[in-house]
Amino acid sequence: MDARQPSGEAIRFEDVSLAFDEKRVLDGISFRLAHGETKALFGVAGSGKSTILKLALGLIKPDSGRIYALGEEVTQMSEEDLFRLRSRIGMVFQESALFDSFTVRENVAFRLIEDGDVSEDEIERRVREALSFVELERTVDMFPSELSGGMRRRVAIARAIVTQPEIILYDSPTGGLDPVTSTTIVELIVKQRDVYKTSSLLVTHRLQDAFVMATHYFDRKGNKMLPLASGTRSEVPMAFLILREGKVIFDGDLEELAKSKDEYIREYIS
Amino acid sequence: MAAGDFQVQLISPTEFAKEKIQAVQEYSLLVARSITNLFKHPVYWGDILQQADLIGVGSLPIVILTGFSIGGSLALNSANTLQRFGSLSLIGQLVSVGMVTELGPIITGLMVSGRNASGMASELGSMMVTEQIDAMRALGTDPTKKLVTPRVVSTIFMLFFLTIISDACGLAGGGAVSSLMFGMDLQQYWSSAWQALVFRDVFTGLLKPVLFGFIISTIGCYYGISARGGTQGVGRATTQAVVASSILIIVVDFFVTRLTMTLFGYR
Repeated sequence: MDARQPSGEAIRFEDVSLAFDEKRVLDGISFRLAHGETKALFGVAGSGKSTILKLALGLIKPDSGRIYALGEEVTQMSEEDLFRLRSRIGMVFQESALFDSFTVRENVAFRLIEDGDVSEDEIERRVREALSFVELERTVDMFPSELSGGMRRRVAIARAIVTQPEIILYDSPTGGLDPVTSTTIVELIVKQRDVYKTSSLLVTHRLQDAFVMATHYFDRKGNKMLPLASGTRSEVPMAFLILREGKVIFDGDLEELAKSKDEYIREYIS
Repeated sequence: MAAGDFQVQLISPTEFAKEKIQAVQEYSLLVARSITNLFKHPVYWGDILQQADLIGVGSLPIVILTGFSIGGSLALNSANTLQRFGSLSLIGQLVSVGMVTELGPIITGLMVSGRNASGMASELGSMMVTEQIDAMRALGTDPTKKLVTPRVVSTIFMLFFLTIISDACGLAGGGAVSSLMFGMDLQQYWSSAWQALVFRDVFTGLLKPVLFGFIISTIGCYYGISARGGTQGVGRATTQAVVASSILIIVVDFFVTRLTMTLFGYR
């Protein structure tokens, strides 16, 4: 393990900058995601939120700065080594990015099949388990084109959690969905957070989703999301990070966010 | 910008040169990885077989049809001239050398390029713009191993055999024209065609499909993986893949012909 990343951290960004052509997308951003923590990333469109997730996975490289994930320096790793690291991280893409020529079963099982050392029975069991988590067992033989937008997101979540990764990255999981379906997706993310206590980074432009996550918990007995009692906090830490013009302008919890005096933040959350 | 207005973006010569050099670098890296992947675990044999079926068996009808037609046309065109000199018996020799060394490989290459370079570019391009290739990388799978190497191996392997089939169909087409239209004895046609072929011709004719297969698959995959900008970008990548692979096939054909002439001497 790299000595520069403390053991309690899942992800660390150190002074990371990135420009596409002439446009500087990230300008020296630094933050950390603790083990078991969920952090919601906000910012206007084009502020580099999705880019941060891709950088954390090593899908793109920064121009400068260092990125650590699960104790390894992503910025120094070769693509071959990154494949090994990525198998410990799950990602839910903005538009689901399901393989359209594969069935739901093959999509969810993809990583297990690629591993090569998991038996067929075990693959089937884990696929069923992951699909049951997102309540989509009946779609196992369907193709992505036969599913609704919300169902595709749920399959994408099942694909991301099937190997029980240590970190999950959500890229606008509720983007473009109606409010009811968005709530279903948020409930699944809260379920994943509270049941498996997986560290996660969540990119969203819907502030209300993150507020719901911060003020609710998943009740396993009732199998539903319930609001936290007044004055109590979720057992899983939840933090907020706001980006503006490539810089981090806020990094803290809900209480600190509510107390913020920054005009831009006040306007953003109002 | 109002509808109907056009914006012309000027690019500096330095930027243009940098872009082209970067494209060559990316293509070279893709080519190198597609080859080295063969020696690394895992090798996707299932995908190789599936692609071989799609590329090889799928292209069979057009290859048979074009091969037969080209062979027939070659016989038809040359028969008139040969008849004037009373050398109609040479028609088999002319068709066999022409088909095996030049027309068989190049026509098959161009047909497969039109059918499969475009297919690869559009398939991989669609996967690229819908983030499926990023998803594959995120799931810990190397897309060059899973998507590019199987297509390269299958195209080289299948184009080799498709070219042999095309050559055979071309000879059959030439034979049909010689026999049915010019009353030539088929036995005489076949022995003339067979005896005319020397090692140099067969070597040239079988080396070309290997190179053409490599060009078609790597160019198709490169343009697919480089596709940007939604459906329009995929369409652009598809067109560019067919144009680039067709031009390269014709250019490489010339140099291979010249090279084999240097190595083995003129006929």
